[in-house]
Amino acid sequence: MEAGLFTANNVWMMVCTGLVFFMHLGFSFLEIGLTRQKNTVNILFKNVFIICVGLLLYYVGGFNLMYPGFEDGDAGFLKFAGFGIAAPENGMTPDYADGGYTWWTDFLFQGMFAATAATIVSGAVAERIKLGSFMLFTIVYVGLVYPIVGSWQWGGGFLSSLAYGKAEGFYDFAGSTLVHSVGGWGALIAIYLLGARIGKFGEDGKPKAIPGHNLPLTAAGVLILWLGWFGFNGGSVLSADPELTSLVLVTTSLAAAAGGVSAFLTSLIAYKNYDLTMFLNGILGGLVGITAGADQMSPNEAVIIGVLAGIIIVLGVALIDKLKLDDPVGAVAVHLICGIWGTLAVGIFGQLASFDQFLVQLAGVGAAATFCSVTGFIILFTIKKVAGLRVSEQEEMEGLDIHEHGMDAYADFRMNQH
Amino acid sequence: MKKVEAIIRKSKFDEVKKALHEIEVNFFSYWDVTGVGNEKQGHVYRGISYSTTDIQRRYLVIVVSDDFLDRTIKTLLESAATGNVGDGKIFVSDVIEAYRIRTGESGSAGIN
Repeated sequence: MEAGLFTANNVWMMVCTGLVFFMHLGFSFLEIGLTRQKNTVNILFKNVFIICVGLLLYYVGGFNLMYPGFEDGDAGFLKFAGFGIAAPENGMTPDYADGGYTWWTDFLFQGMFAATAATIVSGAVAERIKLGSFMLFTIVYVGLVYPIVGSWQWGGGFLSSLAYGKAEGFYDFAGSTLVHSVGGWGALIAIYLLGARIGKFGEDGKPKAIPGHNLPLTAAGVLILWLGWFGFNGGSVLSADPELTSLVLVTTSLAAAAGGVSAFLTSLIAYKNYDLTMFLNGILGGLVGITAGADQMSPNEAVIIGVLAGIIIVLGVALIDKLKLDDPVGAVAVHLICGIWGTLAVGIFGQLASFDQFLVQLAGVGAAATFCSVTGFIILFTIKKVAGLRVSEQEEMEGLDIHEHGMDAYADFRMNQH
Repeated sequence: MKKVEAIIRKSKFDEVKKALHEIEVNFFSYWDVTGVGNEKQGHVYRGISYSTTDIQRRYLVIVVSDDFLDRTIKTLLESAATGNVGDGKIFVSDVIEAYRIRTGESGSAGIN
């Protein structure tokens, strides 16, 4: 390979690394906007903690747990290549990873992904989880659960070689299952064990609205996430291949646009109002939905996946309310339900579509579901018994900002109400 | 001297202020208040419908000399009205004394 092409590939991958990093700001804005102002500092603190500690954990052991070097044909489940990071001898040459990027880029790109799983949980548990307990959960979930599930597919483990009939293995291009569903399962288990926020369900059991305090930030967050997804999916090509990267950006954007439009229309039909938060969640649903097969779909198929994801979002948010679960930002509908949808869609649409592939995709969804919900339950249940998960009633009413952090997000800011 | 307290619509504030200036009532205080009333406002958030009876209004406190009282009330009644439910209220009460802090003047001289 020419040095120029190697450099171009690596530059693209580093740009994508930056875009995925930027997604953490998007998640922070989204979560802040859809919750109340008294918990803003707490949410920011959690998100900053996640990106810092997530990256450090990935450096300490996560990367070597996720890419442990399974041998061909050993259907790996768990392997660890040791603590710390050190580039292999050919790591800075085009011999490494077909010249798509250097080993350092590889580490940082994957490291930026790793923290995302805990960020997804952060939004769902907002406004009532103890800071210390959440940090403990993040360390175990990002440090162990995420890399182990990732190793099954991206690390060359048993899911990647799960052949059945026409299907040659499980397929998850950029992480509908490996990233989003892993976070989504953690979120679902967490909100089940935590319980709903005070005031979310009335005495008659009916769900009540707890409006978010800053929709401009929510909108900024979602648009930033869309931008970040160019790196999340575009970088998952693992080189600057002109055809694949451009196709992936097209399918990603079309699914996002279709998801948004279909969610706002579904919400308009169901509730007779133009709900901005559903529109924004629909965009995210489309993005999560296309993620598993972004390089496999035609533009038409990307639009169909997005449209269905948008409908799923509106129904999913209502379902979570029906189940008496409280998810302030819609993380379960977006990341878990649309993650599952996107993963299964690889067996229905695109170049890999076949019934055999669908069954293999289903097996992958089941494997992640089992592992994440069991480990998530053990971690969270243990924390609940030992340290408690939930803040006191007084703290929840007065806000986590003042009780956990002793500060206000908007110290001398005054709203001009209409 | 009288204290006139008026609860008015925020959307009417600029009109009221202008009308008061025209009758030479140039100084008053105001702040935003939330009250509970008969007016209901429907909302929908993420598929959940709810209505709130909390209403936002602006609260004006105007201290005037007795000879200014009638025109102040008249001006408020005219400029703050839309004819719909929720236009607000006016309360009038006696003020025992008023002082201007800078000069120590009292009575009417203290407020004008």
